Parts: sequence; C-alpha cells; structure tokens
Amino acid sequence: MDSSRQTGGNGVKLLLAWGFVGIPLVWGVAQTLVNALKAFH
Amino acid sequence: MSIFAFLDKERIIAPSGYSRWLIPPAALCVHLCIGQAYAFSVFNLPMTKLIGITQSAPQDWKLTELGWIFSLAIFILGTSAALLGRWVEEAGPRKAMFTAALCFGGGFLVSAFGVCLHNLWIVYLGYGVLGGIGLGLGYISPVSTLIKWFPDRPGMATGMAIMGFGGAAFIAAPLSVWLMAKFSTPNHVGVAETFIILGFIYLCFMMVGAAIVRVPPPGWAPEGYVAPAQSKRLVTDQHVYVYDALKTPQFWLIWWILCLNVTAGIGVLGQASAMSQEMFHGRITAVAASGLVGLFSLFNMGGRFVWSSVSDYIGRKNTYFVFFALGTFLYALVPSAGAIGSVGLFVFCYAVIFSMYGGGFATVPAYLRDMFGTRYVGAIHGLLLTAWSMAGIFGPVLVNYIREYNITHGVAKAQAYNVTMYVMAGLLIVGLVCNLFVKSVHQRFHMRAVEADAEVEAAPVFGSQ
Repeated sequence: MDSSRQTGGNGVKLLLAWGFVGIPLVWGVAQTLVNALKAFH
Repeated sequence: MSIFAFLDKERIIAPSGYSRWLIPPAALCVHLCIGQAYAFSVFNLPMTKLIGITQSAPQDWKLTELGWIFSLAIFILGTSAALLGRWVEEAGPRKAMFTAALCFGGGFLVSAFGVCLHNLWIVYLGYGVLGGIGLGLGYISPVSTLIKWFPDRPGMATGMAIMGFGGAAFIAAPLSVWLMAKFSTPNHVGVAETFIILGFIYLCFMMVGAAIVRVPPPGWAPEGYVAPAQSKRLVTDQHVYVYDALKTPQFWLIWWILCLNVTAGIGVLGQASAMSQEMFHGRITAVAASGLVGLFSLFNMGGRFVWSSVSDYIGRKNTYFVFFALGTFLYALVPSAGAIGSVGLFVFCYAVIFSMYGGGFATVPAYLRDMFGTRYVGAIHGLLLTAWSMAGIFGPVLVNYIREYNITHGVAKAQAYNVTMYVMAGLLIVGLVCNLFVKSVHQRFHMRAVEADAEVEAAPVFGSQ
C-alpha cells in the first residue's frame, strides 16, 4: 500500500517537474521551427 | 542554526524512494535560464535606441559598447566556474543553485537599474559580472550531482542538462521580444521593464530547481546496477583531487580537445548567416539565412543529448574521435558544397557540425568523470571551462581575420571562407591527435582511500528509480 502510494506520488512529482521544464522548451523549439519554415517559404 | 541551513548539503540527502528522474528537471530549471545568454543579442539593437527611440541618438550606446556585455558575461562564466568550482562541490548543489539564481536574477535587476539611469557601467556590472557569476555557478552546479545519480548513464544525464543550456535561447528570444513589444510606447523602449520581469522569472524558475534537487545518500546505487568488478581501462573507480587534476596531462589534453572543438564550432556559428548568403549569393536570402541559423541551433541543442547519450555506449574517447574525424571531413567538404552550388550538402554538413559542437560540450563532464572520478568532477569541469572562454576569443577572431584577409587580397566573397574551413579542419586534426594521447590517469594522482572516504558517513543504502 505504502509502496504504491509512494510510486503514485513520485509519478505526480515527475509529471509536474518534467512539465515545468518541458512545456517552455517544446514551445521554444516549436517557435523556432515555425520561424525557420517561414523563412524558407 | 543558520536561517540558510535548508541549503546545506547534509539537509538535501534524498529520502528512501526518491526518484532520480527528478534530478534532470532540477538541472534543466537552471540551464534553461542561464542559457538565455545566447539570446542576449536581441537586446542589442533596442539598447542602441534608448534615447532616440526610433533611431540612435548621438548620446545612445553603440553596438560595439553593447557587445562587451555578452563577452564579459562569458568571460566571467569561465572564471567563476574555475574559481568557485571547489566551493560548489563542497557546498552542494542546492546552495550553488540558490546562489546562481540570486546572481543571475539579480544581474537582470541591476542591469534594469543601469538602463533606467542610462549608465552602461552598471549594465556591465549587472549582467556582465553578477550575471556572469550566476552563469558560471549555474552551469557547473548540477553536473556532479547528475553524475552521482546516474552512474550507469553519466553522459545522458549531463547531456540532458547541457541540452537545456543550448535550448534556452529558443525560449528567451521570443519571450524577450514579446515583452519588449508589450512595454514599448512611442516615447519609450521597454528594455528596463523586460529586464525586471525576466529577472524575477529566472529567479523563481531557478529556485524551483534548487528546491527539487537532492544528493544521493553515500553508497547509493540505482536498483539493479552493478558497478563493474574491474574498472575499464579509461573509466576509473578512483578519485582525483581537484587541484591534482591540473598536474595531469589528461586534464590539459581534454582542455585542448574542448578548446579546439569549440573554437571550430563557435567560429562558424557566429558567421553561419553571412557565410550561407555569401557562398550562395542570390539563392539564400537574409530571411532564409536566419531560418537556417535557427535550424542549426536545433541541431546544436539536439546534438548535446544525442551524442552524450551515445558516448555511454561507445565510450568518451571514441565519441571525440568521431567528432574530430567526421568534423575534419565535413569542414573540408563545405568549400566543395559551395563550388558545386549544393545548398543541400552545405546544410547537411553544417547540421552535423553543429550537432557535434553541442555534443562536445555535453560529453566532456562524463569524460572528466571517467578520468578523475566523481568526487571533484564538478570543480574540475569548472576549471576546464576556461577552455570555452579561450575558444570564445579564438574562434570568431580566426574566422573574421581570415575572411578579411582574403577579401582584401581579391578573393571573391563566395570563396572567402574556403581557407577558414580548411584551417578549422586543421584544428580538428590537432584535436584528434590530443584525443589519441588520452590514457588513464596515473595512480599516483588518485586520492588515498582514507581521503576519499572522509566525507562518507554510515548511511543506509537503498535503490531508487
């Protein structure tokens, strides 16, 4: 029980932590790709 | 008890069940902020119009004066990483990240003050010196922690963090432009307000990293991980004291390896836009060239993760062998791409070159760990970053000087970069030779078991994810 609660807690923490850094990074990369594609058009 | 006791290394030992996969996002919180330095140029033009607003007034700052802000920050990055590396190692990652956040965020706030007073020296002091210290501390602070948490994949772990440094400009550039547009009025350029907002955003973002980060308990190993019974020829299980590393030929060989790899890459990175337009005159426009630079930056970022991860499987020495051998071939191939007018071949060569430029940065902490052990790897990495500072001067100077020399001697602009490319290929051959000479560190430099175990206290050993 404790072990599964701990795993679940870790899962939420991991999701939050990776989302916190991943979302801005993906947004920035997408912006760059869009601008690069615009430039080629 | 000090009010800053929560920053102490002893207070951040991970509890049982802590997931090691929380460490890369903690490191990314710092690197995604400090990598903003690569996007600082977006402020240059607006800062030349702080008084004139629509165009530069005579009292406005000149671009040449503003260029020193970035150069100073990068110089201080290398210096502070070298001087404060040992402190970072001994104080622990949370204290180092916390200090880096204060310096980097504070640097923006001091710079905003300088912009308001229109005093460039305050901006030099703010972003250049204070921000530069934040850059140096922030860059090295998560390195040894990541390596300790990922003994099975040190290249991949440090590659993730250093990829963040390469990718930060993708966030910082559009965010800064958007903020300046929001705060601009017909009578005012919104640089100071943008600095203030960015200062607070970066301060908070980096503090999250400092809050998440933990160090593994002494003797910890990942679940199912079995350390090799016999250390590999080029991967030590011993530790070398930070200042003893300076006495080894390995440190200086790796110093030159990094310096030469970065010199070649940084030299052409700054000229990629002009070079592509001049080599393919009429076929690559200024707008298309800016798109190409964005594309190359993506390869620079991706290469940091991909190459450092690959190095976990093929070894660090082999990875640098690929950088130097393949790099030499590709640099030498670029003039041919120009001669036959193949834009596709040019883009391919540059994309791979920039991926290896980023890969060189990201793989070097694991190379140091293989040579000198984990105990002082962050501090040794800090000392090694002086190679980056030197390359930051060598690379652009070399490229610009050779181009100018060729043009003044009647070489057509389209061919003006050919010699540069061959010189860069030559530098990589020197790097290849340095890499071939890297052997394991002599045992006389290893810390004695008593010294190495001095900080290790009895603690439960448990596995983690």
